Amino acid sequence: MIAFLVRRIGQALVVMFIISLLSFSIQDNLGDPLRELVGQSVSEAERQKMRDSMGLNDPFITQYWRFLKKAVQGDLGNSYFFKRPALEVILEKLPATLELVIGATLIILILSVPIGVYCAINPRSWFTKVMMGISIVGISIPVFLTAIMLIYVFSIWLGWLPSFGRGETVTVAGWETGFLTTDGLLHLILPSIALSSIMLPLFIRLIRSEMMEVLEQDYIRFAWAKGLHRKRIWFIHALKNTLLPVITVGGVQIGTMIAYTILTETVFQWPGMGFLFLEAVNRVDTPLIIAYLIIVGLIFVITNTVVDLIYGLVNPTVKLARGHT
Amino acid sequence: MALLEVRNLEVRFPLRGGELTALRDLSFSLNQGERLGIVGESGAGKSVAAFAILNLVSRPGYISAGSVLFEGRDLASLAPEQLRSIRGNRIAMIFQDPMMTLNPVLTIGTQMVECLQAHREISDKEAREIAVSKLRSVSIPAPAARMDQYPHELSGGMRQRVVIAIALLTEPSVIIADEPTTALDVTIQAEIMELLLELCENNNVALLLITHDLGVVSQVTQRTIVMYAGRIVEEGATRSIIDNPWHPYTHGLIDALPERTHRGQRLNQIPGMMPSLSAIPEGCAFHPRCEHMTELCQTQIPGYTLRDERRVACHWVEKQGESR
Repeated sequence: MIAFLVRRIGQALVVMFIISLLSFSIQDNLGDPLRELVGQSVSEAERQKMRDSMGLNDPFITQYWRFLKKAVQGDLGNSYFFKRPALEVILEKLPATLELVIGATLIILILSVPIGVYCAINPRSWFTKVMMGISIVGISIPVFLTAIMLIYVFSIWLGWLPSFGRGETVTVAGWETGFLTTDGLLHLILPSIALSSIMLPLFIRLIRSEMMEVLEQDYIRFAWAKGLHRKRIWFIHALKNTLLPVITVGGVQIGTMIAYTILTETVFQWPGMGFLFLEAVNRVDTPLIIAYLIIVGLIFVITNTVVDLIYGLVNPTVKLARGHT
Repeated sequence: MALLEVRNLEVRFPLRGGELTALRDLSFSLNQGERLGIVGESGAGKSVAAFAILNLVSRPGYISAGSVLFEGRDLASLAPEQLRSIRGNRIAMIFQDPMMTLNPVLTIGTQMVECLQAHREISDKEAREIAVSKLRSVSIPAPAARMDQYPHELSGGMRQRVVIAIALLTEPSVIIADEPTTALDVTIQAEIMELLLELCENNNVALLLITHDLGVVSQVTQRTIVMYAGRIVEEGATRSIIDNPWHPYTHGLIDALPERTHRGQRLNQIPGMMPSLSAIPEGCAFHPRCEHMTELCQTQIPGYTLRDERRVACHWVEKQGESR
């Protein structure tokens, strides 16, 4: 277990190094940060001077080295726009984004397993056919379109749910949460549904196809021959084997969902990291962009490691301690 | 009355462009404590027959005709819950490949205890005790420790022993063994077969042994059924079939045994191949490979000739009997 963790942390460091290099290399290609920083009235000579003092004219390697030295100490530079440490600005918005991802993940977990299992067990029922049809549509419609349709139906037409913002939030131990207020939860519903709209059908189809394959296995037939109750065969014998590959794929997908938050947060004006990122791109706020990419990369690496750990715990044929991959 | 009586059982698989009949007109009976072998090449319908008895034909296959009478009930038309109470309880089954039979993510103990608890009101502790004693009876070393192991921690031979122990858990009256040693090392095959034979004898369990190995059949069973292309072609006492096969197919099978060939000589074989179920020849399914083939064989499916407690489906044998 320890050996596994050490190895994973080593891998994570390499991945983070590459991510930092890639995101830092965006630096010069987005536009001129000075334009956003100082406005029209400053002369070109003064601008040059500022560029020099900010180190923007240094060679790439020098700049990157300077960035890296600070980055390992937790300093990802100051946001040009907010004039505050970029990391601090990002982390303030992290709770909003994480809560959105958690909301969507809960929807996916609660719905995909029962629906996927049902569709695998009853491949010919009308419900399965309807679900398979809807899921294709769900996967095909882009998130922003789903989001706009949700707002149109539930906020404008029916007027049931709020269409933007996080609503009322409370701060618990430095974490600004919307989970604890009714208003916050109501505000979470539509964005979560929108965010899950691509992953949910994907998961339903994944669970269904994996489960159908498992149901064909000899050990399932043997379980029938043993005279076990069908619920036990489906939910213990088959489901456990079904979830193994689903966990692996699912972990990566939950990471991917963070990327989708950019769209969802923009449509719902959700004050999270994704929304902030899009603003930062518009303002050529490079330190903030880099900080965002690094944080998201870190979340990706962490979720994947956790998923691998869970996989090792669920699958008895994987021995984490021995440390072979 | 026989313990298990199969009557005119027929299994079909609906496929695009028509149905395949995988099993036709299968009738036989199995008495208490009797050991019956079903032999034939791959594709003869042996396994389908085994699964059809427990009404476990894999979808989309289904039992299209006939009945399986067990203790006065017809398994082919029994309600699912009653069928469940017989499967694994009164009739147990042993599968071909022990590497695939046990669920990889559940411990041996779990897979044994659940089987007992599916059929009896019994506490975890009692169930575990019975399970350990069954593991001991199939000569698994350190049986208590095995309970918490996963299948991948055991060798193929050990896994098949576990499967046999599971089959014995509920003290069934019939065990159906579908090629129980085919997937094992040759060195272990004999061991497992001997174990199975011994356990069946000691517990007075009837055994339906499905195999393509005539050698095994002759050692273990009292009666033998020979199948070809989904149909029984010959049935009788194992000894008399091996010593004096009537059906040309059975004859060919026995001639093909390596023991029947002298050193340095080419091994005997039956010319041609078993037809696929979608292209079974008209008349006697064996006629294209048969040296005694006549015009009659090409057009008319032979009925069963009954003689000396044996039956055989062959025009040639029938004619010989008349002329005798």
